[in-house]
Amino acid sequence: MAREVKKAVDTALVDKIVAKHRTREGALLPVLREVQDSLGYLPQEALERVALGLGLSLSRVYGVATFYSLFYTRPKGRYMVRVCESAPCHVQGAQEVIDALIRELGVSFGETTPDGRFTLEKVSCLGVCGVAPAVMIEDRVYGNLTPESVVAVIQEYR
Amino acid sequence: MSFYRAHVLVCAGTNCALKGSQAVRERLVSELEGRGLGAEVKVVETGCFGLCEEGPTVVVYPEGVLYCRVTPDDVPELVEEHLLKGRRLERLIYRQPVEKAVQTVPQMDFFRGQVRVVLRNCGVIDPESIEEYIAQGGYQALGKALTEMTPADVVAELKASGLRGRGGAGFPTGLKWEFAARAKGDVKYVVCNADEGEPGTFKDRLILEGDPHSVIEGMTIAAYAVGAKKGYVYIRGEYALSIERLETALKQARKMGLLGRDIFGSGLEFDIEVRVGAGAYVCGEETALFESLEGGRGEPRLKPPYPTDVGLFGKPTVINNVETLANVAPIISHGAKWYRTLGTEGSPGTKVFTLTGDIVNEGLIEVPMGITLREVIYGIGGGIPEGRGFKMAQTGGTSGGCLPAELLDVPMDYDELAKVGSALGSGALLIMDDTHCIVDIARVFSRFFEHESCGKCVPCREGTMRLHEIMTRITTGEATPKDIENLEALARTMAAACLCPLGQAAPVPVMTTFKYFREEYDAHIKEKRCPTGTCRALASPAVSLAAGKGV
Ligand SMILES: Cc1cc2nc3c(=O)[nH]c(=O)nc-3n(C[C@H](O)[C@H](O)[C@H](O)COP(=O)(O)O)c2cc1C
Ligand code: FES
Repeated sequence: MAREVKKAVDTALVDKIVAKHRTREGALLPVLREVQDSLGYLPQEALERVALGLGLSLSRVYGVATFYSLFYTRPKGRYMVRVCESAPCHVQGAQEVIDALIRELGVSFGETTPDGRFTLEKVSCLGVCGVAPAVMIEDRVYGNLTPESVVAVIQEYR
Repeated sequence: MSFYRAHVLVCAGTNCALKGSQAVRERLVSELEGRGLGAEVKVVETGCFGLCEEGPTVVVYPEGVLYCRVTPDDVPELVEEHLLKGRRLERLIYRQPVEKAVQTVPQMDFFRGQVRVVLRNCGVIDPESIEEYIAQGGYQALGKALTEMTPADVVAELKASGLRGRGGAGFPTGLKWEFAARAKGDVKYVVCNADEGEPGTFKDRLILEGDPHSVIEGMTIAAYAVGAKKGYVYIRGEYALSIERLETALKQARKMGLLGRDIFGSGLEFDIEVRVGAGAYVCGEETALFESLEGGRGEPRLKPPYPTDVGLFGKPTVINNVETLANVAPIISHGAKWYRTLGTEGSPGTKVFTLTGDIVNEGLIEVPMGITLREVIYGIGGGIPEGRGFKMAQTGGTSGGCLPAELLDVPMDYDELAKVGSALGSGALLIMDDTHCIVDIARVFSRFFEHESCGKCVPCREGTMRLHEIMTRITTGEATPKDIENLEALARTMAAACLCPLGQAAPVPVMTTFKYFREEYDAHIKEKRCPTGTCRALASPAVSLAAGKGV
């Protein structure tokens, strides 16, 4: 599922999502999840709309949106490349895989490639350490990676 | 129901799926159809089998022959040989590292020594079929609890079993349920903690992928015991397959009247909702998890009050780990006395461990509590690859301690591991061979905590940062002996002053490496030398010489 970055925020869409979840207890996280799934990230305008719809302060909504690593308040590349740097992956050679990724993409952590295709991010354990070292691209996991095979994986998305 | 002469089980766990098990399954089905065996041989998708390193795995029953690294192209030959001619396909049969050709599941070293209580159905049943779960005795424990036992009986049975929480802290489950049952208020909750963020841990994912009903049944029994009408499973966002399987299982259970109003005609009302996390390790901490479920930042609360009095939405709440809940039905079915025949006096039952790092059989195992590290690593785990030497094992994930070879015979249970400064924790086991640097891995641990500190309390926010800074200095040759003093002081401060166990435990792994591998620290700090050559800044002789002069 690739994220499309849209220009103007479709507030009607945001309102619809809010309406769907409004009666649930603790609705904010499910709402933010769905808004992000539709818009690609959480733009300021959408956060304002969510705050209004749920009757919360903008600072609270913003505080939540920035707390979690799977929420993005800035536009991201089309594909999120999340590479695990936790100990089990590290022992199995994650550093070499990370170096290869940085070389291949030409960006460092938190950056997006100039063509807007990839954003590289380092993350903690993805829970697939049985096939370490691992990388997640959008919803897909790639395991048992080597510096060579990770480059081949990236090529698939080019 | 039709009768099949053979069943072919294809692992559909994430690890095998990554290696192409779906294509293998499709090929099997079409191949069997093509040869007119469709009505005789059934292909079943199962949950993880544990031998992830060897995937995709396929088991053929009734013989129980395990085939490894099966590709779609192997399928025609497999069908021809095994299912048509009744001969085993030798070249794909799992071989133990020591080259003893082994064939059937119970004979293998990997399974010998394992006792499957929690994983009883994983790799055995189709996780998307409630009928198969029921055929294995599923939901009988719930039936027994509702018809033959009072809520107090259930609590008493759990207490007698000695089951302790498998999420890390090891709190007695029966006692937790008793507190919640006694708490005042007519709205109570049961929460399943499936946030699994401890590095090296993937057991909860595989339990939910392989046998979601076992967790639903455990939660429903808990609801009956404490008087809750609503349950939540809080599951980490990356676990797409677990979420999907769980949602499917919940629908099936509702349809059969095993969730909802008037369960089993007993008058019990209970339902479960799945909530998906958004990526924060600290949300695995129970009070942070409540904050997150309530729609806030996942920051831990000050305890007491404890969740059994003031939990989710301020109501009395039982929160248990996935594995803890999967233990409940067998305890109710077979009784506390049976449960206590497994494991040790202080830690009855089994434990699921995930083996990672430098070990031949990476994957998932379940063994009785009290088994030694040596048995796990060299028996079930198949030893260290390529005959390299053992360096250390970290038990309990990144928050646990690192143990040297001298401690390989420590029995693994809550109390014995605590005595040597480590923890059973989540059951993650990281094995490292002697080609890796202990200081470098300690730096990686400290980096994790810096990254995952939620920032609510200062000792943790600042402390984890300083910890990482010091560790980085040691691995780049910029540290002085003064840094060691600072490290020790920092560890004491954080243990005493941090708000939650994340910060309190952050220095533990680092300090155990320091305690057991002091020489390697000295080499880095005093000689500016990394004995294994892992630390890049110290790797070249020119650099270490130049740095050496500066001391
Ligand atoms: C930082 C931190 C992270 C935790 N992560 C988890 C987790 O991912 N899963 C879990 O079950 N328990 C986790 N725990 C433990 C929970 O706080 C809690 O003890 C547990 O869910 C209780 O269930 P149990 O008694 O069945 O183990 C974590 C604790 C801390 C301090
Ligand atoms: S340590 Fe990388 S996926 Fe678990």
